Amino acid sequence: MHEDLLAAMRQSIADGDQDAATATANQAIEVGLDPLVAIDEGYVPGLSYVGSCFSSGEMFLPDMMLAARAMNAAMAVLKPELAKRSQQRSVRGRVVIGTVKGDIHEIGKNLVGTMLSASGFEVVDLGVDVAPERFVDAARENNADIVGVSALLTTTMTGQRTVVESLAAAGLRPGVKVIVGGAPVTRAWAAEIGADGYSEDAVGAVALATKLMEGAAGAAQG
Amino acid sequence: MATRIDPIVSPRLTLEVLSPDQVGRIHEATLEVIETVGVRFPTPKALDIWEAHGATVDRGRQVAKVPRKVIEDALALAPAAYVLGARDPSQDCPLDGEHVFAATDGCGIEVIDIETGELRRSRLRDVEEIARVADACDEIGFHWVPVSAQDTPAESRALHELAAIWRNSTKHAQTESIVTEHEARAAIEMAAAIMGGHDALRERPVLSMMQCTTSPLGQDGGSIEAALVAAEHGIPVGFMTMASSAFSGPATLAGTLVVGNAEVVSAMALMELAYPGCPVYYAAAQTAMDLRSGAYTGGGPEDFLFGAATNALADFYHVPLSMGAFATGAKEPDWQAGVENAMSCFMASVVTSDMLLGVGLLNGSRIFSYEQMLFDCEIYSIVRAMLKGIDTSDEGLALDAIREVGTTPADYLATKHTRAHMRELWTPRFMERRPYGIWSEAPDRNRDWALEKARTILRTHQPDPLDPAVSTELDRIIRGVEDDVASGRLVVAAHG
Repeated sequence: MHEDLLAAMRQSIADGDQDAATATANQAIEVGLDPLVAIDEGYVPGLSYVGSCFSSGEMFLPDMMLAARAMNAAMAVLKPELAKRSQQRSVRGRVVIGTVKGDIHEIGKNLVGTMLSASGFEVVDLGVDVAPERFVDAARENNADIVGVSALLTTTMTGQRTVVESLAAAGLRPGVKVIVGGAPVTRAWAAEIGADGYSEDAVGAVALATKLMEGAAGAAQG
Repeated sequence: MATRIDPIVSPRLTLEVLSPDQVGRIHEATLEVIETVGVRFPTPKALDIWEAHGATVDRGRQVAKVPRKVIEDALALAPAAYVLGARDPSQDCPLDGEHVFAATDGCGIEVIDIETGELRRSRLRDVEEIARVADACDEIGFHWVPVSAQDTPAESRALHELAAIWRNSTKHAQTESIVTEHEARAAIEMAAAIMGGHDALRERPVLSMMQCTTSPLGQDGGSIEAALVAAEHGIPVGFMTMASSAFSGPATLAGTLVVGNAEVVSAMALMELAYPGCPVYYAAAQTAMDLRSGAYTGGGPEDFLFGAATNALADFYHVPLSMGAFATGAKEPDWQAGVENAMSCFMASVVTSDMLLGVGLLNGSRIFSYEQMLFDCEIYSIVRAMLKGIDTSDEGLALDAIREVGTTPADYLATKHTRAHMRELWTPRFMERRPYGIWSEAPDRNRDWALEKARTILRTHQPDPLDPAVSTELDRIIRGVEDDVASGRLVVAAHG
């Protein structure tokens, strides 16, 4: 059943083809295919394929980004259908991201957001020049597992510490994990301000978020 | 006594990466992009100027679309040559299309400690010490702020960094870390204090500024406001594109050149519209994205081509060029650092880029290393020797010496001609040329020699100090900015 359509879904992600991803998602609704089946057996295997090609060096970051955007395009079509059926996609984690107060650089943060959301995380992007209290409010409102704080300048990087402290003052730590990124951010800095991790690129950020979620699950079980 | 600067002068080798026809195609494409796609200038100060000169301005998106004639007429006002002044006039750097002056890289965030070898966060004292070592190197013509003084207040950090350089070197300081109008005004006051007034500063600016564009096709609002202050005071100001192929620029090299060119050209034109005839320069450090991580690579064949191609564009617009070179992506002073920095230095120098930035930083301009700094100087000295070319005068052909020696084995060792010319041959400081047996038993390696050299300079080299009264004045200006922020008179805001 629907094998051809599922194959076309996988292919749309492998090709990074947003139009095809949108079209196949609409087709799924037309023919009454369960959206969870479309996601789990159509699009996600496509994304896994791209991920494995990236790991083996056959594909590059632009392939990943195109696949992620195609994935997000398909999800945009399927989300209302899921809601209609009162279904929920299993979410790997809830992440609030933003660039610190006083800093308007967003390229790296946006890359991380796209990759996380394509990888099954629910992402709330607060944008740029975000005050610490907005990180706190958003983390609380969205029941966030992880807060991602970006900064590009040495002069604004100290804002990452403020976010960690504000989350702690609001009683959200250590339940809510904090990850930091941006050109001046180093492992030593992340450790110094008490963040739970840092990454130097978007692919690493997904791996880090995944690891933190596994750690949280392990802690909950233990 | 001031160290003599020994720059590359009038390279005898030639290289044409772009033909005049190709430069014309890039220029035409650039004007079309500026006129039809537009460039983002997120400050009303810039948008007002554009509008007054007939550009179509979208205030909501902060984008100006500028008719080609406005751009071309404005660029024609830019001076083709001027001087970067130094505290010591013998160290002035003429940007005249004949010289290639190297400078330290910027702005790093970590330092490999000169004593402990430990990697640690950069601080003000590093800026002072690196400036002192750079002051002693004859390969280095002027300074960038090499690392960020992270132990100083954010609102006055760029000023502390400049003062540290001026206190530890008599050479010109070009700052790349001023991104607000208030810092620009204070920095210019500091420079005027050193020169004894604004008129003298205009004549021999001891300060110049470099501002980064935000690719693709954008500027930073604060940087443009700071640049306008510089232009108003005759302080040379340049705009650096760091467009990255397949990331912030098209995947094709010509496409990346067009995007970067539109950014730099539009910013220079804006300065000329605001302050006709003000000294501006082209600056660039384009790269090709690392296809795996998306990172800025800081070395690769595309970067080397950009290094030579950009000067063809700057020449076309008759403005000086500041080219990003060195700045390897390597994590330590190793094989990769040597390959990348040698290639980038050569390609940018052979075409006579006026300024050559990037000495001393590793890991894509993040980590400062004294060893790398001196290795980079050695690379520059190799290129400098190569670009002198080959002398085929009678003295160069050496027929008299050839007749004198005839077929006697190894007898050129002891001719007058040899004694007269042997010092023209290049002598290394950090290359391993010891016999194998000695090398294999020796405990030291070339990195040790570079480190020892840097330590010796720090121990012994004392540049002419700033006049104590001037030094006090610099402190007063910096404190003024800090007091204004503390009292709320000055609000440091984010820029779009």
